[in-house]
Amino acid sequence: MLKYLVALFLSASAVNAVHAQSADSTGDLMEELEGDTKSGKKQEVEYTFKATRLINGSTVENLAHGVLDTRISHRFGNLNQGAENFFGIDNAYTRIGIDYGITNRIMVGIGHNVLSKENDGFVKVKLLKQLEGGMPVTVSYFGSASVLTGDAIVPSSIDDDDFKYSDRLTFTHQLLIARKFSPSFSLQLTPTMLHLNLVDSSKYSNNIFALGVSGRMKLSKRVALTGEYFYRFTGMDNYYGGQKTYNSLSLGFDIETGGHVFQLHFTNSMGISERAVLAQTTDTWEKGGVRYGFNISRVFTILKPKEFKK
Amino acid sequence: MKKIVLSLFILAALNTQVNAQKYMSRTGKVVFDATSPKSPEKIEGINNETASLLNSASGEFVFQVPVKSFKMEKELMQQHFNENYMQSDKFPKAEFKGKIENLAAVNFTKDGSYTVAVVGNLTIHGETQKIAIPGMLTVKGSEITAKAKFPVKLADYKIDIPGVVADKIAKEANIMIDVLLNKK
Repeated sequence: MLKYLVALFLSASAVNAVHAQSADSTGDLMEELEGDTKSGKKQEVEYTFKATRLINGSTVENLAHGVLDTRISHRFGNLNQGAENFFGIDNAYTRIGIDYGITNRIMVGIGHNVLSKENDGFVKVKLLKQLEGGMPVTVSYFGSASVLTGDAIVPSSIDDDDFKYSDRLTFTHQLLIARKFSPSFSLQLTPTMLHLNLVDSSKYSNNIFALGVSGRMKLSKRVALTGEYFYRFTGMDNYYGGQKTYNSLSLGFDIETGGHVFQLHFTNSMGISERAVLAQTTDTWEKGGVRYGFNISRVFTILKPKEFKK
Repeated sequence: MKKIVLSLFILAALNTQVNAQKYMSRTGKVVFDATSPKSPEKIEGINNETASLLNSASGEFVFQVPVKSFKMEKELMQQHFNENYMQSDKFPKAEFKGKIENLAAVNFTKDGSYTVAVVGNLTIHGETQKIAIPGMLTVKGSEITAKAKFPVKLADYKIDIPGVVADKIAKEANIMIDVLLNKK
């Protein structure tokens, strides 16, 4: 009986040895590795947009931890200003800003706008990340505050003596909801609430509600077509110093070279801050109120990633 | 009796499965360096999430490198690496399927360092090339450290370098592998 058992045992081993050999082609070993790796976490979808801002508005992109970004945004005058103003080149407004990534999910920034000498500061927090085969969108919160240090438009209903410092303030809250549909196409919806501390309250509300729609379509690896539109639900027809204001529409290109990203565009907004874009866009594409503008971003790594700390 | 025989048979079957020794890692390190003498900054990426499996019975050795897990010193460079050069959305993994040619020279039951020649197919950016990699296996108990260094020609894997930066990126990247495998 024992002999019989030993024989069986040996034959079983032999059968398995053969089995082991035939099954162990590298393809199967790769499959085995694949099976083991798949149980890991889902891949995050990255690079929904090229930069932290598309044209005037913010994107869901954050600066990485320890990265400093200097941004110069420039808007020339309207193209319809004619030859004597060199088609708008002679008049220009600029925003100079510095942004910094505190963590991979939280970034802050400050900036100065030439238009109305407006200083602004913001914080952007990534709340949800789009995942492959999981979460369909990336969601961030953007909040900013700004102060007009230059001439502010004071409604006629308010005496100059009553004009307080707090009347110069504006607050913006945005939810940035974006999805990268393919490596070349991304779309973002931006529900926005802008709060102006001072308005002619007999005619207007302090709060402006708007929805931003922005998109990016890559034309090549380094060039992308971009577009951005803010639709306002709150009527603001005659807010800005008695001037009619319009929804902001911008179209442009992202072009990158090495350490720079150039964003070239046409827009009807002369200002760059959220306040200026939503409440001070006094030109319209229909009447040639379009200006050429560009953003230049240059990033610096202040804190090295942990893999590079020696 | 029949039951005992059957269970012995199954036991034997399981036993041989265990005997086909496999070593595995999920935290292998792969470093590439594509710095050229004219590069304005170091072009180096570090990946600590490489998965690897070695079959010591057959000498088969496979690697999977998640391309998006390469960390670079400059975030923007990392973005360019993924978006423009490796197209990691389209080709998320680099793979190597190979075999230790001189398997007889390695004694997996005895501590020590063994020089090996691994030949196989390397797939990067969706392109597969046959390559031979000289490496070193260090056996220590139930652990094996696999180390290797070899160059990879970017053009072989159709990694496109635009003319403006042609001389700022090395034509050949040096790859360094350092993987600690544990008995599976």
